[in-house]
Amino acid sequence: MLTGDDFTALWLTLRLALITTLILLLIGTPLAWWLARTRSPARAVVDAIVTLPLILPPTVLGFYLLIALGPRGPVGKLMLAIGGQPLAFTFAGLVIGSIIYSLPFVVRPLQDAFSNIGRRPMEVAATLGASPADRFLTVALPLARPGYITATVLGFAHTLGEFGVVLMIGGNIPGATQVLSISIYDHVETLQYGRAHLLSGILLGISFLLLLSVYALNRHLRVVKA
Amino acid sequence: MSAAISIKLQLTRPGFTLAAEMDIADSGITAVFGPSGAGKTTLLRAIAGLEHGTGSISVGGELWQDEHVFLPAYRRSAGYVMQESSLFDHLNVRENLEYGYKRAKAPHRLIEFSAVVELLALQNLLDRRPARLSGGEQKRTAIGRALLRNPSLLLLDEPLASLDTRHKRELMPFLERLKNELNVPILYVSHLPDEVARLADNLVLMDRGNVLATGPINEVLTRFDLPVAHDVDAAAVVNTSPGEYDAQNDLTPLQIQAGTLWVTGRLAGESSARVRILARDVSLTLEKQSGTSILNIVPVTVIETSAEGTAGMLVKLDMGGTTILARVTRKSASALEIRPGKSLYAQIKAVALLGP
Repeated sequence: MLTGDDFTALWLTLRLALITTLILLLIGTPLAWWLARTRSPARAVVDAIVTLPLILPPTVLGFYLLIALGPRGPVGKLMLAIGGQPLAFTFAGLVIGSIIYSLPFVVRPLQDAFSNIGRRPMEVAATLGASPADRFLTVALPLARPGYITATVLGFAHTLGEFGVVLMIGGNIPGATQVLSISIYDHVETLQYGRAHLLSGILLGISFLLLLSVYALNRHLRVVKA
Repeated sequence: MSAAISIKLQLTRPGFTLAAEMDIADSGITAVFGPSGAGKTTLLRAIAGLEHGTGSISVGGELWQDEHVFLPAYRRSAGYVMQESSLFDHLNVRENLEYGYKRAKAPHRLIEFSAVVELLALQNLLDRRPARLSGGEQKRTAIGRALLRNPSLLLLDEPLASLDTRHKRELMPFLERLKNELNVPILYVSHLPDEVARLADNLVLMDRGNVLATGPINEVLTRFDLPVAHDVDAAAVVNTSPGEYDAQNDLTPLQIQAGTLWVTGRLAGESSARVRILARDVSLTLEKQSGTSILNIVPVTVIETSAEGTAGMLVKLDMGGTTILARVTRKSASALEIRPGKSLYAQIKAVALLGP
């Protein structure tokens, strides 16, 4: 059966995924909008950086983050200078790591959705008297809804399964940085296959249900639209 | 033409330069006519503020653009109906219509929601999604949406172009109602002579980014210095008043200053009708012929002539205050001693009705 530690890890994982996804939607929206519309030569560079976490081994990403967030890294020094604590081995550190790790999974679907809208509906809205902010909220966002559903679920599900980055920058502190995937690893290490089975099953179930909901919802939206 | 709308625009794009200067009447339809690539759409986009050209635009006393000012599109009260209807897919017809209406400044709301719905017969479509509308219904919705913005200038980019013949015929009466019932000047882009002849009061001729001529439609169509008058389909457009239908012969008389023109069929109570007379359908005689099968014979006076090709002659005629064109051979022209001031009779083989 699930123990208290397992519940703590499950709750921590869900909280991490939720917070990460919300922050990613907030920063991913302007980033994806810019990527979808810009003709700036800087776009290629930003595109490459956004995609990097997709192909980089999570341990490499985690290693650099550990250096940056630790007491001698630039972010760690900054935190100390303003009277805070270094972020390595904290929940906040995990959130930062997850944001970078899951960035492409949120930005890509949004970027595709914004690109698919094209310029025309925005131009039409402008000729109908809508200011740039107005037409973004009343035209671009509603038309990009399928992209938002995909981005939310992929960002959430991908963060749920995070392992390498967390291991590097978070360690394994129950209640603070011990997420589900690390608990599973621990259980396997200590030959508690039953508990590993249970947690793995939970992760598999959640992930499958999330993906199922994306495909079902986006299909439904297409049907309603037609 | 009054100069309520004045446009002077220069715009350069790779391989294309637009240099347009025109004054547009503050009522009725001004057609922008020219072949594809003439810059008609670019002109509309620049007027709407979607392209950034240099020059000046003022509409109904409002300055939209000059050396110092460039109002962004959303601050110009232009209603723009693009070639593709571009309705918002996430909104139904009612919400599409309301989009511009909600954003029009209250004191400028002269056109009411219910009036537009009725004018364009949108009552039964209000709850539908754009994807469930026919091409013609989409177009009507897009026009309604632009009208409800309460524009001081309505820009229509080939509203009939993407429609099949049946939907074209269905939409045409609505365009005529727009012209007759609303007090909004319309700039109407088209490359089809039929549409232009039927709808336009004034004409702007464009070619390769330049404005060749502007003026009342028939004046422009019959100008010898422009290519339209020398086209094989060169024609004049004449406004007439329909008389009483002759049921026995299935003919309707159309009164003009110089006499009567007969057209086949019945006109259902319209107060005015517009016809097109092709230059090649007009022949000239010295005396009023009797014993001819041609019904339409009216007295005319020669205004000027222009030699065409090796054997042809284009003759501009005054028909009781209206200008028409006739195409004859040079041989007949000298036999009839055609020269300015000469009185003749025009025999018109065919009169094409263009609708009210």
